[in-house]
Amino acid sequence: MGAVVGTLTMQTRQRQPSRDKVDDELEMTMVCHRPEGLEQLEAQTNFTKQELQVLYRGFKNECPSGVVNEETFKHIYAQFFPHGDASTYAHYLFNAFDTRNNGSIKFEDFVMGLSTLLRGTVREKLEWTFYLYDINRDGFINKEEMTEIVRAIYDMMGKYTYPALKGDVPKQHVDAFFVKMDKNKDGVVTLEEFVIACQEDENMMRSMQLFENVM
Amino acid sequence: MAAGVATWLPFARAAAVGWLPLAKKTMPKPPVDKKSRNDEILFVNVSGLRFQTWKNTLDRYPDTLLGSSEKEFFYNEDTQEYFFDRDPEMFRHILNFYRTGKLHYPKQECIQAFDEELAFYGIVPDIIGDCCMEEYRDRKKENQERLAEDTEAENATDTPLPPDSTSRERLWRAFENPHTSTMALVFYYVTGFFIAVSVIANVVETVPCRPPKGSKKDLPCGEKYTLAFFCMDTACVLIFTFEYLMRLFAAPSRCKFMRSVMSVIDVVAIMPYYIGLVMPENEDVSGAFVTLRVFRVFRIFKFSRHSQGLRILGYTLKSCASELGFLLFSLTMAIIIFATVMFYAEKGTKGTNFTSIPASFWYTIVTMTTLGYGDMVPNTIAGKIFGSICSLSGVLVIALPVPVIVSNFSRIYHQNQRADKMRAQQKVRLARIRLAKKGTTNAFLQYKEEGGFQGRGSDNALCLKNRSSFEHQHHHLLHCLEKTTNHEFTDELTFSEMCMTESVGYRTSRSTSISSQQGVSTSCCPRRAKRRAIRLANSTVSVSRGSVQELDTLQVHKTSSGPQSRSSLNARTEDLKLNCEDRDFTAAIISIPTPPANTPDESLPPSPAIPGILRNSRPTSFTHETVKISSL
Repeated sequence: MGAVVGTLTMQTRQRQPSRDKVDDELEMTMVCHRPEGLEQLEAQTNFTKQELQVLYRGFKNECPSGVVNEETFKHIYAQFFPHGDASTYAHYLFNAFDTRNNGSIKFEDFVMGLSTLLRGTVREKLEWTFYLYDINRDGFINKEEMTEIVRAIYDMMGKYTYPALKGDVPKQHVDAFFVKMDKNKDGVVTLEEFVIACQEDENMMRSMQLFENVM
Repeated sequence: MAAGVATWLPFARAAAVGWLPLAKKTMPKPPVDKKSRNDEILFVNVSGLRFQTWKNTLDRYPDTLLGSSEKEFFYNEDTQEYFFDRDPEMFRHILNFYRTGKLHYPKQECIQAFDEELAFYGIVPDIIGDCCMEEYRDRKKENQERLAEDTEAENATDTPLPPDSTSRERLWRAFENPHTSTMALVFYYVTGFFIAVSVIANVVETVPCRPPKGSKKDLPCGEKYTLAFFCMDTACVLIFTFEYLMRLFAAPSRCKFMRSVMSVIDVVAIMPYYIGLVMPENEDVSGAFVTLRVFRVFRIFKFSRHSQGLRILGYTLKSCASELGFLLFSLTMAIIIFATVMFYAEKGTKGTNFTSIPASFWYTIVTMTTLGYGDMVPNTIAGKIFGSICSLSGVLVIALPVPVIVSNFSRIYHQNQRADKMRAQQKVRLARIRLAKKGTTNAFLQYKEEGGFQGRGSDNALCLKNRSSFEHQHHHLLHCLEKTTNHEFTDELTFSEMCMTESVGYRTSRSTSISSQQGVSTSCCPRRAKRRAIRLANSTVSVSRGSVQELDTLQVHKTSSGPQSRSSLNARTEDLKLNCEDRDFTAAIISIPTPPANTPDESLPPSPAIPGILRNSRPTSFTHETVKISSL
């Protein structure tokens, strides 16, 4: 008989909704952010008005509240790399875009980052890349930071690669990188070392030009 | 892939700048977007109602009508707009799908009309958002069932059989559907009659008749008129056997028929008779034989062929079996508890009926179901107290939950059905999402296989399908990632194949389509492969096992694709060349710690398309690795 009563109570328990979550979500959507004016953004970045318009329309469509938080960012970035796990790299990217370190990217941050990457000088791009690699923002890239970044990139490849990922391929990659970048062999790469080494690398300079026409 | 993120693609591509310092090779050239990048407003006229939207909005879903070049068919030059002669009210929802990424189902619309619109615009109904999905599915199911009922009703009434059906088919049809012919109807009623006769005979057999002359005892009629009953039984069994054999003969699938419930019932109904014929007149055995005659009562179940209601009842019981079983289980628990208690309470009494716990079961059941026969009563005070508790709880256990259980049955039954439905739908939806995901990965792999990387324009026009600029850019992005990490994307199948054959020592080639030729090539050329390995070992480069196998595969792949190259020269050789390059490069990278001064892909001189022979020279120190392949 107890069993019968038990089943009856089981049915009722499932119907209890989680009310707290709904309230929180309501609150979050109330927060709205509007970007600065179009003229100001045009002055601050290297984009034209039309390009800014297109960018903002897309941005606003995906994030109606006007800000991107890390979860949404990771989700969007992961859509481009369905093979593997892009969340770690997306995390580092998010931190690189989030210059104010407040856990969310506004449209201005987004557009500034894009402006540097797409329309900036070579030096600016390299500085941005250095900023991305330097996870703890201490001005130096050490092996651990680089290994983390490289691992994150390899994670995006997923499991099914050709040739199969055997051994510690990221580590080998990092070692190769350090051999190239670390001129004075002190175990860390500074911004100047990085910029000089990259400018010497012809392949890289050639590749950089290829990203001109992304917008 | 959620096409709403098409707007974020430029950002993802810009972020690829972060891979550049790590890449050992130059990035491939990005696709050139010839179209103008300015966003424009499109006019869409749907039966007079004019809609306006950005072109980018429609481009979000390139695999639909509005997102692809298919809409150009509907472009009206004079009015500079796209004209669709469709329902404008429905179009509103379709367009909202492009705008918001969620498709909603308008509840007041007919489900079929909605489906037709979706089919016209090339939108898959699975994209319907969760908010409207249940409603959509329910309405669709309802509609389908209604249609199915209608068609069934149509089919059930007198569809004439195809004229060239065998007699067997006609016989089966006559059995299944007695209304088709007069003979079938006659047979149907005759069997029904005989079932009834048989059942009544079984019953009357046991009624006491007047004793024959000279005996005081009342005899059951079965023993008085043995011959009459025997004849009746024989006749019935003959009819049943005949019917069963005819069904067996006519059944389209005999195994399936023999396993069906009705056939089992038939067999069980007639078996006792035959066993009785066969068995000797032994006293002991005939005792068991008497038990067998009980099974004759199963003949009454044969009526379920004649009654739809019985069948439905049987089906309902079957589907509620778990609930009934649970009820039984809880009852059993209660019975065991109370029986134990009663037994121990009455243990001390002399001459008690409660001789054991199983003996107390009977008391518990009788008391709980409020029958109260009175053949077993407790005598001790404790026994009486527990006995009254037992009867009270019996009322609660049995009387109260019965209506609740009845309503529970119907509710649980419907819930289960809905849960199963949703689970099946969820599985289908997840499978579709996975398929779409695989579709994106496969799209990229297919793109690679078709040699889409040359970017040489007109040569590859045949290979490359019509791709949107979004796909171009996305594939370029993935290609950049491959170049950065020096590993390529493959699919699960080839990956697992590689893992398997690695342990064996030979590697299967990439595409599974030529795997059938593996046996030939590997047996032909193992010596050559070994020679390749030895030559490599002689070079200054330290050859890891991986790279030897790389070249093994190289060898195998090329030789096995040899015959193919004869048929279509240009496309295949280019494809092979591409694969060669990738492999050699990766082989080189695996074996060398420091990257040499590599030349990018495009600068390799195009090898002469000599049938069957491919030359692959690299500008590094590995000139002796020119691979010569003779066609098989």
